[in-house]
Amino acid sequence: MSARDEILARIRTATAGVSAPNSAIPAGSSPEDVVGLFAERVADYRATVVRCTPRTLRARLTAALPEGRVVVPDGLSVRLPDAVVDDGLSPAELDACAAVVTDATVGIAETGTIVLDHGPGQGRRAITLVPDVHVCIVRADQVVADVPDAMPRLDPAKPLTWISGPSATSDIELDRVEGVHGPRTLIVLLVG
Amino acid sequence: MTGTFVGMPKFPVAAREALADTQLRRNLAHATATIRDKRARVVAEVENWEELRLAGAAIKDAALASLDEHLVRLEERLTAAGATVRWARDAEEACAIVAEVAQAHGIDEVVKVKSMVTQEIGLNEALEAQGIAAWETDLAELIVQLGDDLPSHILVPAIHRNRAEIREIFRRRMDGAEDLTDEPAVLAGAARAHLRAKFLSARMAVSGANFAVAETGTLVVVESEGNGRMCLTLPEVLVSVVGIEKVVPTWEDLDVFLRLLPRSSTGERMNPYTSTWTGVTPGDGPQEVVVVLLDNGRTRALADQVGRQALRCIRCSACLNSCPVYERVGGHAYGSVYPGPIGAILNPLLKGVGVDEQVDSLPYASSLCGACFEVCPVRIDIPSVLVDLRSQVVDAHRGGIPSRESVAMKGAAATFSSGKRLGLAERAARLGTGVAARFGASAWTGARDLPRAPRESFRAWWRRTDGGRS
Repeated sequence: MSARDEILARIRTATAGVSAPNSAIPAGSSPEDVVGLFAERVADYRATVVRCTPRTLRARLTAALPEGRVVVPDGLSVRLPDAVVDDGLSPAELDACAAVVTDATVGIAETGTIVLDHGPGQGRRAITLVPDVHVCIVRADQVVADVPDAMPRLDPAKPLTWISGPSATSDIELDRVEGVHGPRTLIVLLVG
Repeated sequence: MTGTFVGMPKFPVAAREALADTQLRRNLAHATATIRDKRARVVAEVENWEELRLAGAAIKDAALASLDEHLVRLEERLTAAGATVRWARDAEEACAIVAEVAQAHGIDEVVKVKSMVTQEIGLNEALEAQGIAAWETDLAELIVQLGDDLPSHILVPAIHRNRAEIREIFRRRMDGAEDLTDEPAVLAGAARAHLRAKFLSARMAVSGANFAVAETGTLVVVESEGNGRMCLTLPEVLVSVVGIEKVVPTWEDLDVFLRLLPRSSTGERMNPYTSTWTGVTPGDGPQEVVVVLLDNGRTRALADQVGRQALRCIRCSACLNSCPVYERVGGHAYGSVYPGPIGAILNPLLKGVGVDEQVDSLPYASSLCGACFEVCPVRIDIPSVLVDLRSQVVDAHRGGIPSRESVAMKGAAATFSSGKRLGLAERAARLGTGVAARFGASAWTGARDLPRAPRESFRAWWRRTDGGRS
């Protein structure tokens, strides 16, 4: 018997007569000021949150960028003439970039989380991983209250990256330290 | 420490040794107290936490009740999304599959995402035997690997090491690490520099998965440092070893666990990075994706009516952090990659009782205080499973030469079943406590206080006072 058939047969024997309980998904939180809470919770992870309007976005974005090469994905909502548009840069080339600028898919207020689905404006996964600074543009209408509100807005067929603050570790004495392998600086431009 | 748990002594022997290590006790007390406080704070923020726990338990129970159907669906969806699905009955088969994939590509080193299951199957050692080097990339796993040490905690495998000890390990094993201070930020920076080139040039990664969504074929890895994202994104080939109990039926179900796990595990509202992927994405990430579905004792646990709830475990480690036994002896004494309360039930359930004395000693590594059940995000009633496993261990050892404990229990049963014998025993006890402590009962009193017999027994008082009337 193949490993597959044997494991499935063992499972059927083990679960004979076991019935499945019903379950409902509990509601998430419903804060009054969703966008305000999002800003507060993202900042809690020691990310930088800059609130701006569509009109001031460009200026705020330019001010937030560090010196050096900036990489952007195709389809970014803001035009950055000096930036390099990713066309399959190698990991080493990405490592030579100081920062990356992307849009986002969803923001989650309760947990201070940004989700990327790596579509247009967000780029393939490597570009938001290798550069040391990630500047992420989140529009106020993309921010939802809690995780259950985010799930239906996300397509599981696409790769998703949920980001809650900069890269961090608690592996030394369970003390949280920001900055390990992912971008050590996360700047969120919250528009609207 | 030798890098293997094989041949570890029984829990009481290992625990005694661990208790004598004052540095270890200080490190553990500090770390577990920190994480307990953090967890309590963020759990208190969630109004319907109990409702979430119930939902988490129910979803996992439903997944396990029709596990065969969910696994077949998962396989179907993964295959449709361009992944290859392989099945492994045990550790040996799983390790062989991973090695085979590497060899097919002429790869002799792989980067690894922290994963309990690859520890469980001894993947690193198996790959090494085939000439394939496995690099642990999680900071704590790196500390353990560089220190030729063993993991002692599910979430933070190097929890038994403090910053000064970690600095020493890095100084010894990393190039250019002579001037490190023991600041956690500096040590984390050293790990970043040490692994950077590896990540950028790695051709193959090995991961586990926190969840596997049956209806969509999506795998999920929850992490903090970004080493997981590096491994899941940059190499050409990705092999994920997934225990069959990791399945959740639907995408919506995943929501509940993303709310339960980070708060229970690191005491955060959300962990820094969660990656989900469904097979192969053209032009983004690994273009060869292999998923190994592993049994390795899980179907044995599933057949255990009381114990099968242990398969709900999402490896958060809240039970370790809240356990008074774990806090004092640490993880190594449990002799397994799964230590603490969950390890005390998971190991016997996966391996079976009555085979290995070390495994049989684990259900006794608890005071049954119940703190583990209280914090478990999927409501595994660990104390009840421990008690049931104790009876299984006793049953497995029936026949043959009776143990001193069972002789003592038989004697006690005879004494308590007769008033006359009990009266005699009470009188003897008043005289004999000291003698008993010194001789016959020393195996019992080695780790427990023997209560002093009262001057007058209840029965003697009743006779003397006519039940309190005179």
